[in-house]
Amino acid sequence: MKQRPKSNLGQAQAETIAGIPVRMWGRAVMTAGLLVALLLPFAIKSFVIFQLTLAVTYAIAILGLNLLTGFNGQFSLGHSAFYGIGAYTAAILMDQADVAYYWTLPAGGAACFIVGFLFGLPASRLEGLYLALATFALGIAMPQLLKLMPLEPWTGGVQGIVIMKPEAPFGLPLNADQWLYYFTILIAAAMYACAVNLIKSRTGRAIIAIRDNPIAASAMGIDVALYKSLTFGVSALYTGVAGALGAIAVQFVAPDSFTFNLAIAMFVGLVIGGVGSIPGTLFAGLFILFVPNVAEEVSKGLAQAVYGVILIAMIYVMPSGAAGFVRVIVGRIARMWP
Amino acid sequence: MELLAHQVLAGLATGGIYACLALAIVMIYQAIHHLNFAQGEMAMFSTFIAWQLMQWGVPYWVAFSATIALSFVAGVAIERLLFRPIHDAPALSHIVVFIALFAILNSLAGSIWDYNVKSFPSPFGSRSLFGDGLMSSHDAGMIGVMLFMLILIYLFFRHTRIGLAMRAAAANPGSARLAGIRVGWMNALGWGMAAAIGAVAGIMIAPAVFLDPNMMIGILLYGFAGAVLGGLTSPGGAVLGGFAVGVIENLVGTFVPYVGKELKLTIALIVIVAVLTVKPSGLFGRSIVTRV
Repeated sequence: MKQRPKSNLGQAQAETIAGIPVRMWGRAVMTAGLLVALLLPFAIKSFVIFQLTLAVTYAIAILGLNLLTGFNGQFSLGHSAFYGIGAYTAAILMDQADVAYYWTLPAGGAACFIVGFLFGLPASRLEGLYLALATFALGIAMPQLLKLMPLEPWTGGVQGIVIMKPEAPFGLPLNADQWLYYFTILIAAAMYACAVNLIKSRTGRAIIAIRDNPIAASAMGIDVALYKSLTFGVSALYTGVAGALGAIAVQFVAPDSFTFNLAIAMFVGLVIGGVGSIPGTLFAGLFILFVPNVAEEVSKGLAQAVYGVILIAMIYVMPSGAAGFVRVIVGRIARMWP
Repeated sequence: MELLAHQVLAGLATGGIYACLALAIVMIYQAIHHLNFAQGEMAMFSTFIAWQLMQWGVPYWVAFSATIALSFVAGVAIERLLFRPIHDAPALSHIVVFIALFAILNSLAGSIWDYNVKSFPSPFGSRSLFGDGLMSSHDAGMIGVMLFMLILIYLFFRHTRIGLAMRAAAANPGSARLAGIRVGWMNALGWGMAAAIGAVAGIMIAPAVFLDPNMMIGILLYGFAGAVLGGLTSPGGAVLGGFAVGVIENLVGTFVPYVGKELKLTIALIVIVAVLTVKPSGLFGRSIVTRV
């Protein structure tokens, strides 16, 4: 169950396409993508804007999972729980304490960081399948915990909590959907920048070293258990912030939105996007939001089967996810027009 | 005390169901070193085939044997057609294909045989054995069938050449290939056997939980838990693990106040995780030593 994708740090600079380093091309594509993303809300319907907001939210959640699985080599089937904790923290704060929506994000993130870190402490003893089982227990427990009677005054039990959608501030000429979209993009940009910097830092190298060889890492003086737990916490933080954003976008939280199916969807996104690839998670967010809908349009009764066939086809075409696929294609183009 | 005994007995009855699936899970784990998420759905699909054969008037044991044979062939075919082409893709990609297979089988069964719950006959009847309806003759028969299967598997792996070859292919594919074992076909055989065992498990489980496309989802979770608890390298351990999960679940539901009923799966899983932190390769699993 362990996977060791090749680190792509430092290898991209050497290749060039038409005399321009691949790295520059990557930046150009990113900038163009960001521009399109910023202009898009003026060209599409409100519902599509809402869907894109959710897709970006999922992308952040999958980024969290990727930090854990792709860079630290720990497996999780329980990230739906962190998404749920983030969402509920946001919803309860807005519902009970009238906290402004933007303050719920750090609160959701902090709550998840603490839970994730504490969960990571004992879990760092477990590996592979056993860790999968432990996180799986967390994923299964969360909807049941949220439904518990004693917590009902806060969580609203099975009914969940309805919250209000924020309006654009400072009299900006945007409707609520457009504003939330820009707000989400802004948060996502900040979180992606943090993730990239984290992975490039000394800490990030320690995280990757643990994935590649825990024994060698500990011989180099890395406190493996501490780093694993911290990575778990940071991963949960990302997913928790995404959960809070998701709750604000959907305006509603209920226990059954955060079941094991969500964890599976995130895992599928992780692999389809590319394990250990940060840009791949954006593709993953779009994939897990839109492809099930496409499958439903192909055939109502067999939607799941269509989805399964699409998944298998994706794995056949790109066994290492979208990121690996892009890497191969870029490598080919670079060899043709160096 | 009597309540405890009753609950243990009832736990053994449900544990038998989990043990069936845990056994199938361990079998495929032996062959391919992955947990097959689609195992439960494969068993469900096989059970529907058996049901369909019986609807067409085929006698029970003929349908039973035909289903096992069909499942074996289907298992081999899945390995050859679906997994062979991607055998050097990363492990996590394989898991996505398992999830895809899960979705396809579930959805297909739903559209062919619809989602209505169907009853499934049992060859052992459904008399109550110890009074109170805690363990029926079907439960006892199911446990018997499973233990019989376990003995067959043990004999197969210990005392046949092909069993030895399968173990070699799983333990060390490189060396096994050098020794002239066709590792690819051994994997396919492992899939076939897992599918066949899954079919037996499904046919045994269906009378107890009724037949519908979602029948296996809950059971699969418990089956996994049992298999991991017992140790993924040991079929006997998996069976014991399955029974243990059934008993723990029942005792938790009865004796833990307030949260016991709703959180029994969670508590059972926490117990298992606690066991695993003490004994990381499962109760009966061998810990595998690798050279650094």
